[in-house]
Amino acid sequence: MPRAFTPKVVTANDLLEGDVIYLTAAGGWTRELSEAELIVDEAEAQLRLLDAQSQPKIAVGAYLADAKAGEQGPEPTHFREEFRRTGPSNYRHGKQEAAANV
Amino acid sequence: MYKYNDFDTAFLAERNRQFRAQVERRIDGALTEDEFKPLRLMNGLYLQLHAYMLRVAIPYGTLNPDQMRALALLAQKWDKGYGHFTTRQNIQYNWPKLKDVPDMLDALAEVNLHAIQTSGNTIRNVTADHFAGAAADEIEDPRPIAELIRQWSTDHPEFQFMGRKFKIAVSGAANDRAVLKAHDLAVKIVRNDAGEIGYQVLVGGGLGRTPMIGKVLNDYVAADDLLPYIESVISVWNQLGRRDNKYKARIKITVHELGLDKIRELTEERFAQVRPTFGGADQALFEDIKRHFAAPDFREGGTEAYDAAYESDPVFRAWADTNLAAHKAPGHAIATISIKKHGATPGDATAEQMREMADIAEAYAYGELRISHEQNVILPHVHKNDLPAIHARLKAADLATANIGLISDIIACPGMDYCALATARSIPVAQEIATRFEDLKLEHDVGHLQIKISGCINACGHHHVGHIGILGLDRAGVENYQITLGGDATETAAVGTRTGPGFAYDEIVPAIERIITAYLELRESEEETFLQTYRRVGMDPFKAALYPAAEKKVA
Repeated sequence: MPRAFTPKVVTANDLLEGDVIYLTAAGGWTRELSEAELIVDEAEAQLRLLDAQSQPKIAVGAYLADAKAGEQGPEPTHFREEFRRTGPSNYRHGKQEAAANV
Repeated sequence: MYKYNDFDTAFLAERNRQFRAQVERRIDGALTEDEFKPLRLMNGLYLQLHAYMLRVAIPYGTLNPDQMRALALLAQKWDKGYGHFTTRQNIQYNWPKLKDVPDMLDALAEVNLHAIQTSGNTIRNVTADHFAGAAADEIEDPRPIAELIRQWSTDHPEFQFMGRKFKIAVSGAANDRAVLKAHDLAVKIVRNDAGEIGYQVLVGGGLGRTPMIGKVLNDYVAADDLLPYIESVISVWNQLGRRDNKYKARIKITVHELGLDKIRELTEERFAQVRPTFGGADQALFEDIKRHFAAPDFREGGTEAYDAAYESDPVFRAWADTNLAAHKAPGHAIATISIKKHGATPGDATAEQMREMADIAEAYAYGELRISHEQNVILPHVHKNDLPAIHARLKAADLATANIGLISDIIACPGMDYCALATARSIPVAQEIATRFEDLKLEHDVGHLQIKISGCINACGHHHVGHIGILGLDRAGVENYQITLGGDATETAAVGTRTGPGFAYDEIVPAIERIITAYLELRESEEETFLQTYRRVGMDPFKAALYPAAEKKVA
């Protein structure tokens, strides 16, 4: 039996900066996972991935990552995506650095 | 050390010009990512978890002070103020922006450095014994042959798009400090019965998911045959190596599947064709290269200042006892600067620290620096009388950690904090082990012990050859760490044995502590190292310490 579809976000790395980006419901890109579109339909997810892959001047290596609905928006279900949305654990660099400078 | 000639300079300028244009075409959309990726990898540029990563080669681990200052400049101007020294004598920058990379490469070119072939399925940066040219146990400095191989392999048309990468290491000493037996091909300088210098060639070593110890393919290759011989080996593998499965593509698998004798026979056949095409230009070049590596004029004089400091200053004495090694010249020592302060990221140095090390090398160490695969920096030539002053400056720069060869001198790959391939973190595990044993004040009591940590099966952290190896995996969406014991990275190389089931992230440091406690109880004397004890008593007592509950169940 095929495995049940689990909710996804479209994520990639930004071509110029290299940092992690997510596709929003409006079709743009955001640095924050919480602002990403949580896609619950499998066919829709494939279409949104194609949208992302057709923007090679913005997004590199787009893929569908598992996520779940949280109070502030989508949240990761795997620790790899947790690191991607936060940054490394040895220095407060990456997204956590940007957040600290706000 | 080697200084670029006009050809080298022009070649590198042209490569950098090409890459700058390639980056521009990628940004304006003329190149797709699929087209651009092999080009950027050829120039050491990866796309990692949070950012691009630029890997710069430090050929055979040798740097002069100006080169070290250029590495500092890159860290400060285009990165976040630090660089990460890797397990293969490279430095990695974790945060460059795509647009800046061509400028970074131009800045490197000004000091004869580059990122060519630090990635991709090519012959990678040639590594060497980090004590090369200084060690007391050395037959000959291996760096001229490493430089010759670097020049020959750079842009070699036959070896730009192979089935997989190919790593070469070179050493000229009895003690193997270059992990020769974990390389696709290794060259060891030897003497024959007539006293002539030649090369033993090893092949088929490697770590990764199928760890293999390298085997001797040829006991003695004459000096003028070496380059054609290496070309023949790689040529044979390049044609026969498997391209159907990237996990079976390395030469270690080809050697394993066909057998060493068959590889030797095919190499000899190929060598008969290749050798006549080498008309002697390589040997003329080799003679020229050798001149660049002439040893400095080592100064003479006593070691009174060193002796006095050693007697009177216990902090200096502790550092001297762990961080110095025997030098070939009277009154001199090799000093290793630990980039492994307890709790810090193994291999990371700030721009300020790099500049200070460059200044110290210029003031006291004949202008030479080395980077080791163990992720430390070395002053290869130091007169002992200068060591107290050097130590004082290192202390002021937070670089005087006295832990070389001890439990906190850990090799660790970047792991899932940075690497897109990683399955678990390595850095925090290394940080916590170092901090834990510092708190216990056990480090010097435990003595010589190498812990090596990889955050995935590809084994950049050399875990297979650690006395204690730690491999981080993803088990059902949770970080899990497997332990191996009894690995050895030296001339008596061995792959470690798995202890059993892995440990969760919050269990791995206590697990290591149980191993160490068991060792301290098991050893016959303070002189018996961890590896010696393990070889004497075997796995069982360590298993019993690691898995007490399971033991009880069996009982």
